[in-house]
Amino acid sequence: MTTLAALADMDRLTGGEVLVAQNVAFAVMAITMVVAALRVVTTRNVVHAALYLVVVLAGVAGIFLLLGAEFVGVTQVMVYIGAIVVLFLFGIMLTKGSFGDDDGVSGEKRLMAGLVGLLVFGVMTAALVESFADAEVARSAPSTTAELADSIFSAYIVPFEAVSVLLLAALIGAIVVARQD
Amino acid sequence: MLLNQFLLLSAVLFSIGVYGVLARRNGVLVLMSIELILNAVNINLVAFGAFRATVGGEVFALFVIAVAAAEVGVGLAMVLLLYRNRRSIDLTAIDQLRG
Repeated sequence: MTTLAALADMDRLTGGEVLVAQNVAFAVMAITMVVAALRVVTTRNVVHAALYLVVVLAGVAGIFLLLGAEFVGVTQVMVYIGAIVVLFLFGIMLTKGSFGDDDGVSGEKRLMAGLVGLLVFGVMTAALVESFADAEVARSAPSTTAELADSIFSAYIVPFEAVSVLLLAALIGAIVVARQD
Repeated sequence: MLLNQFLLLSAVLFSIGVYGVLARRNGVLVLMSIELILNAVNINLVAFGAFRATVGGEVFALFVIAVAAAEVGVGLAMVLLLYRNRRSIDLTAIDQLRG
């Protein structure tokens, strides 16, 4: 009897510890991501902006893992950090020398952009706090990749095919646009 | 974990991305800001998927990742074309269609 009670007690205790660990991990990643995102949009060096973007994308992958979406997290690392950032670096190298730094944006333009950003954030925050005041994300088992694959190839087969056609079109379009002749 | 902590993080990233799109002049940097916005959307999708305990959010996050890859491919091809024609990727200099 006492052992059962002790076990239940321990379970509650470790559950609380896991929750604390999750919240600490979230706080660390969130602060890192926000700082890195601010650097992406403010740094003068274009290559540094791409490298700060890597930090933000890795943080997003971490958030996905925290939410139990392991396949999406791994895909995020492979597609974003592995492919898209490399594409960005190629783009920077191929257009380098023309416009390395991003000076010369007038203070007025920055101010207006900052105001618009703050306004968007304010409206969204008000709406979110109003709508989901204390909704909790349920602590459930992470979704398995098999579950995800079943869902893609049954319920979501039409959008999946549409995305594959879109990728093909974008591939051909990019080649046609960038071809040199 | 609260649902709102994910949604608010995503709102912050989205707003920073909007600021970047509006304030930057370099075409490549504008595309990077668009990536920030798309990532904010992905966090929202996965968070709502976890909240409702359905796999649909993750599926659509995967679709958004695929669309983002296509967008970056075409976008960078356009920036490259711009550079080849004008030797500059300053987006404020492209104002020939101004009324």
